[in-house]
Amino acid sequence: MRLLAVTRLTIEEAGRRRVLHATLLCGAAFLVLYAIGFHYIVRGIEHEQGPMAAVQHMFVRNLFTIVGLYAVNFLMVMSAVLLPVDTLSGEIASGVLQTVVARPVHRTEIVLGKWLAYVLVIWGYLLLLAGGVLTIAYFTAHALPPRAGLGLMYMAIEAVVLVSLSIAGGARLGTVTNGVLAFGLYGLAFLGGWVEQIGSMANNEATRNIGTIASLLMPSESMWQLASHQMQPEFLAQMRISPFSIASVPSQAMVLWAVLWSAAVLASGVIGFRKRAL
Amino acid sequence: MTTFEPGLAVETRHLRKRFGEKLAVADLSLAVRRGEVFGFLGPNGAGKTTSLKMLLGLVEPTSGSGALLGAPIGDRATRAKVGFLPEHFRFPEWLSARELLRFHGRLLELPEAVTRDRAERLLGEVDLLDAAHRPMRGYSKGMLQRAGLALALLGEPELVFLDEPTSGLDPLGRLLVRDLMRAMRDRGVTVFLNSHLLGEVEATCDRVAFVKAGQVVHEHAIAAAAGDPVSVLLRAGGLDGETVEGLARFGRDLRRDGDEVHLAVDSEDALPEIARWVVSRGATLRHLSADRVSLEDKFLEVMGSDQRPG
Repeated sequence: MRLLAVTRLTIEEAGRRRVLHATLLCGAAFLVLYAIGFHYIVRGIEHEQGPMAAVQHMFVRNLFTIVGLYAVNFLMVMSAVLLPVDTLSGEIASGVLQTVVARPVHRTEIVLGKWLAYVLVIWGYLLLLAGGVLTIAYFTAHALPPRAGLGLMYMAIEAVVLVSLSIAGGARLGTVTNGVLAFGLYGLAFLGGWVEQIGSMANNEATRNIGTIASLLMPSESMWQLASHQMQPEFLAQMRISPFSIASVPSQAMVLWAVLWSAAVLASGVIGFRKRAL
Repeated sequence: MTTFEPGLAVETRHLRKRFGEKLAVADLSLAVRRGEVFGFLGPNGAGKTTSLKMLLGLVEPTSGSGALLGAPIGDRATRAKVGFLPEHFRFPEWLSARELLRFHGRLLELPEAVTRDRAERLLGEVDLLDAAHRPMRGYSKGMLQRAGLALALLGEPELVFLDEPTSGLDPLGRLLVRDLMRAMRDRGVTVFLNSHLLGEVEATCDRVAFVKAGQVVHEHAIAAAAGDPVSVLLRAGGLDGETVEGLARFGRDLRRDGDEVHLAVDSEDALPEIARWVVSRGATLRHLSADRVSLEDKFLEVMGSDQRPG
């Protein structure tokens, strides 16, 4: 199947690129730092006694696990935008795609083949880093967040949102413009997420709506919010004492929206690439 | 529905491409027979590469229609029978030539064993076997061009588009490309050669089309050029006016320049008669030669004097 031939080559290419090596190196450095930090935090709290000690221990352990996953989320966002940002635009500009498109391959297969490759690469990266964080949390503090699988699934959907945006942008725009647009939209969603939370806490409908609109425009941050919400014990989430506790939890409709949004953005990239002069 | 002639390898009808304000190809109508080595000639900016890209489905025509091997341009199944070497051959530079061919074998949906066998044979034919395992980022321009040629031939195509295939090649490389084109013609493959190297075209093509401002302005059959005028140069001592005037009956465009006489004749068969006439008049014949009108002369004549160097 030609789509899988494109996917295979793209994965091989990603594996040989320095940007992925740098990303993996940063990820490894982060995990080492995280393990050391977690070790000392656990040592610091394990001798504390008192009626609330167990709750405090649970809070700190869960908080530090979510902090680790938050850092993983950040690294994943960077990778999901930067790794595929030039895969189409760069190959269009250099002319690499001319001999490929002249083959009996549909242009849609090229876009989808590359998209699939980067989704798999980023999911692998997510699994590696998030798996590292959870393993460290388990062996250092005997702590695992609740519903970790569900949380990781939301993070995986967030990766799909960002890879779709980056690939679709590359089909229509130059590399730099595509990168600026992808990070700009991510920034908008990030800011919108905070605005929505503050609006919810202040019971300000207008502010909350602004955040919701930002999430509809770019549903990446809402996926992280759902992930972090799911991975906190319920009573901690309800107490809202953690910086990752949210006042307005995105609904399941937002998950569906993120999937549909990704499909629509990718479809627009396919249409753009089909008409593009090479 | 437009029907196309199945006996033609390439057929276009009023193909046109506009990029915004710029008209790249004005009105391209072409017919290339199967098995022909066809030269597509024109100055820089004449729309040759854009025409090629439209035929290959890389650029969508603004209007007009066309067919490759009897099927409308863009037909996916037909693309499996078409090979292409772009003018600026680019590739994922981390791949080796062997890996690149394997990837394209997958795009052609060839069985792995077939791809492997063909790749080894073609890499041998373009003299790249020694370097086939090395990443192509370390290849010279000539090696890349040869890798590109092997790639164009991987699908055992019935029609091959070569866009400036010898640019950047040394004389040995050019000879190799020329031999490959002859071998393709012997196998009945149609070759569509886009080049501005007129000597190259003259040596390999059966027929050429001259393109100017995105239009075919002249077609010229190189094999049938026997009917074209032959230019004669005669150098002799003791030429008198009557002798020179007597040469007019052998041809036309008679012109004297000191000891030299220029004359256009219909065929080289007139040369012995010319020599006999000059000697019989008591002149000392020192030089007598005949040249056909070269493709370059024809090119300059067709393109006119308004062309500027590209």
